[in-house]
Amino acid sequence: MKNEDKKSSRQHMPEQLPELRVRNFEEVPYGYSPEAAVKEAKRCLNCKKPGCMSGCPVQVNIPKFLSLIAKGDFAAAARTVKEKNALPAVTGRVCPQEIQCESGCILGKKGDPVAIGNLERFCADYERDNNLIELPEKASSTGKRVAVVGSGPSGLTVAGDLVRLGHDVVIFEALHKPGGVLFYGIPEFRLPKSIVEAEIDFLFRMGVEIELDSVIGNIRTVNELLTRDGFDAVFIGVGAGLPAFISVPGMNLSGIYSANEYLTRANLMKAYMFPEYDTPIVRGKNVAVFGAGNVAMDSARTAMRLGADRVRIVYRRSRDEMPARFAETHHAEEEGVEFFLLTAPTRFLGDEKARLTGIECLRMKLGEPDESGRRRPLPVEGSEFKMECDLAIIAVGAGANPLLPGSTEDLKTNKWGYIVADLQTGKTTKRGVWAGGDIVTGQATVILAMGAGRKASDSIHHYLTWGW
Amino acid sequence: MYEVIRRDEIVPNIHLMVIKAPGVADKAKPGQFVIIMPDETGERVPFTISDWDREKGTISIFFLEVGISTAKMARIQSGGKLYSVAGPLGIPTSIDKLGTVILGGGCYGIGAIFPIARAMKEAGNRVISIIEARSAYLLYMEDSLKEFSDRLIVSTFDGSKGMKGSVQKVLTKLIDAGEKIDQSYFIGCTFMMMKCSNVTRSHKIKTLVALNPIMVDGTGMCGCCRVTVKGNTKFACVDGPEFDGHEVDWQELFARKSLYLKEEAMAYQTYR
Repeated sequence: MKNEDKKSSRQHMPEQLPELRVRNFEEVPYGYSPEAAVKEAKRCLNCKKPGCMSGCPVQVNIPKFLSLIAKGDFAAAARTVKEKNALPAVTGRVCPQEIQCESGCILGKKGDPVAIGNLERFCADYERDNNLIELPEKASSTGKRVAVVGSGPSGLTVAGDLVRLGHDVVIFEALHKPGGVLFYGIPEFRLPKSIVEAEIDFLFRMGVEIELDSVIGNIRTVNELLTRDGFDAVFIGVGAGLPAFISVPGMNLSGIYSANEYLTRANLMKAYMFPEYDTPIVRGKNVAVFGAGNVAMDSARTAMRLGADRVRIVYRRSRDEMPARFAETHHAEEEGVEFFLLTAPTRFLGDEKARLTGIECLRMKLGEPDESGRRRPLPVEGSEFKMECDLAIIAVGAGANPLLPGSTEDLKTNKWGYIVADLQTGKTTKRGVWAGGDIVTGQATVILAMGAGRKASDSIHHYLTWGW
Repeated sequence: MYEVIRRDEIVPNIHLMVIKAPGVADKAKPGQFVIIMPDETGERVPFTISDWDREKGTISIFFLEVGISTAKMARIQSGGKLYSVAGPLGIPTSIDKLGTVILGGGCYGIGAIFPIARAMKEAGNRVISIIEARSAYLLYMEDSLKEFSDRLIVSTFDGSKGMKGSVQKVLTKLIDAGEKIDQSYFIGCTFMMMKCSNVTRSHKIKTLVALNPIMVDGTGMCGCCRVTVKGNTKFACVDGPEFDGHEVDWQELFARKSLYLKEEAMAYQTYR
């Protein structure tokens, strides 16, 4: 029997059918049943040198939690994950496991790797849905106070780590809801907000405090946190937070959103529930999304759900260069999103009211590799064509928001405005201040931000115990 | 949640709201704004900070009931609560000794020019405040403005008080009468700010306007409030809200402000 389990193939995660989900905001995958989870977990070979763990930016003890699931002790499995990862139900859903833990799985050499992400999600969901969440033990109070600026993945990781070690942690969040990109950026159908809220609530129950509506740099500066407010250390995890647009004419026509705005309206402000919620959103019939990363896929799939007839991903390179996860592209295609590859906009066209009506595009071809190592897209002369479009979403990345760095003395930034921080410790050039996540590296993933948070919390703890 | 200390309809349809928000009050400067959500299902809407009391930890705003958010706010009684108040946002007005400074306000802008008038006066400027309303019964804040203005000129469209006309007309008359103006500043509806900027442009008077596009986060994260100034895209929330009135692309601003007229009307009607 046991051998059969080992040989069994990867358990499929059931999903809402594309034709149904394309018009609703409910989560797409349903999750594993306990039986499927046990079966999947039993596929783990318990390698002596687990390759999966070295692929995890926050060092979750993967073999241990898998063996607990295999034994049917799901809550213990969840607690094992949480020792290293405060947001398992989140990362189980949004981590690119295929290039991290699962890429190191020995089973993947010949067949499918163990579905570590699905199992992480399963045990976290099981623990939460069955009210089995227990608070872990906290170290006795050190009397040290840490301010965490931003409540996205990196900030939440720092807060969770340090509160367990006995430090007082206060998070300062600019928006009215905690979670950063987990709340405003990633759509409900990929990451239900009730799950984000539950995982953050766990941190509050551990004793983390939060001040919402607090734009650091404006309501107070980092210096004031250290001096007037008496914090011993400050972690900056404010995210990239500056949308990039495309330099072509007509960029400010009505009906052109940054992906940040489009997703913030839909997710944080719940514009998809207008008029139950007051925030409106353009419900385009002919939608074009520029860019081909995960944010572009999220935008395209949101537009589908908001009633579009056609949604097109417009990308200037080819399919091989698309930065989105395979799973996201696949889901988008299943839902009917079209891909206009090797296509770039040259002009946005509007009517007399300056409302977007169309886009003039140009076909591209791939030339020699550029500095990013990807083949450079070159325009094909005379290939201009027009497409009808009443909603365009620009998802070509983000830059560094200067609000916080600009208000903080002695905090060095690089030429693009990102905060200079030691990648091993998160230490900035300013004593007592750490930084991590997208405001240091530029736009990346949830789990890389959490990894940066882990390194910073180790370093902050060391500092609070032994000094800078 | 933020306590509303006081909410008064000071003239028909214009409300004064005093909000307990100690962090904002502590840092507020002339020209800055807050983003308010009246309740959990509400929109995030920017309002200019008209005054603050650092000791009491309160800020004041003036608003006109025009849509669902302001309708919700107009129904909050003193002692009630606002769901979210974030600020102070935006770059403060730069206050220098310039000489003669004109401050023109209409609508909520009458309240919004107050802290600038006070700061400009305290910096040693000669302050001329001009305010406008459709009719005398819609004027407010005259006494407070008078206190910090060397001259307060009142105008009404129907001539029921002060000069018949608007800020733009008063301004034209002042210039025609030879008043030497070193800087002008206008806050009010977009149309009024545009009209006044057109007057000062031909006389090469430095002009600042506080733009009021639609915003979401107010921290430069979404780009909803982008405006074109001197051919460059700016975010009103973090690069402004103050811009050179002679360089603003007004037509684009009008267009971007009217994007949701249908939805706004629908939400407001449903709510009422």
